[in-house]
Amino acid sequence: MVLATGAANPLLRWSYFVEQWDRIEEAIFQHVQLTLLAVAFGFVISAALAFLGMRYRWTITPITLFAAFLYTIPSVAFFGVLVSYLGLTLLTALIPLTAFTILILVTNILDGFSSVPASVREAADGMGLTPAQRLFTVEVPIAVPYIINGLRIATVTTVGLVTVAAIVGYGGLGRLILDGLRRTFWTPLTIGASLSILLALLFDLLFYALGAWLTPWARRRQAP
Amino acid sequence: MVLIGPSGCGKTTTLRMINRLIEPTSGRIEIQGEDVTDLPATDLRRGIGYVIQQVGLFPHRTIEANIATVPRTLGWDRSRIRARVEELVEVVGIDREMLARYPDELSGGQQQRVGVARALAADPPVLLMDEPFGAVDPIVRGRLQDELLELQARVHKTIVLVTHDLDEAIKIADKIVLLNVGGALEQYASPDELLREPANAFVESFVGDDRSMRRLTLATVGDLPYERGPVVPIDTPPADARAVLADQRSEWLGVTDGEAFLGWIEGAEVKDGVHLDDLHRFLPAAQVEPSSTLRNAMEVIMNSRTSVAVINDHGRFCGVVTLERIRAGLDSDLSATPEPAG
Repeated sequence: MVLATGAANPLLRWSYFVEQWDRIEEAIFQHVQLTLLAVAFGFVISAALAFLGMRYRWTITPITLFAAFLYTIPSVAFFGVLVSYLGLTLLTALIPLTAFTILILVTNILDGFSSVPASVREAADGMGLTPAQRLFTVEVPIAVPYIINGLRIATVTTVGLVTVAAIVGYGGLGRLILDGLRRTFWTPLTIGASLSILLALLFDLLFYALGAWLTPWARRRQAP
Repeated sequence: MVLIGPSGCGKTTTLRMINRLIEPTSGRIEIQGEDVTDLPATDLRRGIGYVIQQVGLFPHRTIEANIATVPRTLGWDRSRIRARVEELVEVVGIDREMLARYPDELSGGQQQRVGVARALAADPPVLLMDEPFGAVDPIVRGRLQDELLELQARVHKTIVLVTHDLDEAIKIADKIVLLNVGGALEQYASPDELLREPANAFVESFVGDDRSMRRLTLATVGDLPYERGPVVPIDTPPADARAVLADQRSEWLGVTDGEAFLGWIEGAEVKDGVHLDDLHRFLPAAQVEPSSTLRNAMEVIMNSRTSVAVINDHGRFCGVVTLERIRAGLDSDLSATPEPAG
């Protein structure tokens, strides 16, 4: 691979934005779509697993072990194995991406619920809240900072992993990176890489703002 | 009513059976003639105030929303809830501007007040309190206990309070239930009765060797029968005054003018032909009020030269109190407990 950058092949050729804007736009759209879908599915699965874990405490260890196992699978291998079963489909890209979010989300959701003080639970019961009222009006709100934090980490991680999914044809900005590498043409590579970093930062900020907005009580705690 | 006993005696369990946080396996618990297991547990609990040591305020809700928890669950309308919260703020003595704050911004004592307000929100006839003052420092605890007594004088609830602190039980209880390990009921009695007549050796050791001292904090000077003591009006003839001194075996003679106590005269100076008013008077150093506790009176007497304290009710002489009188009082039934509570 030739690493030299010269006048013919600069790191970034600005005209590329104009010439290939459709391609870039599509890549961004797909990147966001894959990220959000993976995190959304991951969240639904993780929430279900977390509730299972809270209902039957003994399941927490197997759930965490399984999630950790999924997390340790090398991403390239995971995508590769699925291609042989599902072909180059959206599902092939989505399954590993979703699987990788579960460990982060499950542990954060569980942490959130165990952060609810026993005295708060007892007070809720003692005041005659039903189990559903206790869950949705007391426990979930108290767990929100942890849940948001989990979503934040999971989303930022997924933005990075989506680029790897380019190897199965669904990579969003990753496809630009892959294209640049294949053709030793730096411009798409630079664009793909910087835009995915930007996207990760954007999501990070978004979740931070969401968390602050949802939990005014957690912010004031620091300034008594 | 106060439940007290050593760890593992089941006092908290008993309390939690009343609102069915623990289901009783046998026996009946009735509130106003109704078995607690007749209602769904959640309905039952909404009608019973519940205060715990760690308070358990909802950290994500403002003080106002915390207090409004049960009324909101019961579906009260906004204006009624608002009015009730305003009322409770007055009752438990928290600052109105705290309503918009979050629990973590309040001190332990303030949080406990909010906890009491929250428990009282739907005006339940019964209030359960599990070591409500256990987590605050002793000074705040004493103040919260006083406030509870004042509160109870106004709201008249059936309060069942769990504590392991005998002083607290004696201070606030109408009736004390003393439990032993394994849930055995050792004695059910008023604080004074518990201290005066422990039912058995366990109760005796639980209330301790200083139970007489503890009883002194229960009764006030006003509970004792009236005793005039060696005190005469200032215009009494010396011969009569000497007769009083001899009769009372006192070395000091008190003199009054109308309702006012003027002071003490040395008995040896009382002679025929000398008017009492001409003798040197020592101002009474030892004075108590009818509302002073016997313990307080005892301290005053110990520090006085005359071994007797004058009872002074806003300038009015109401007799004297001596150590003999206090001791005699302890042998009798001083069941006049302070304000009602628990």
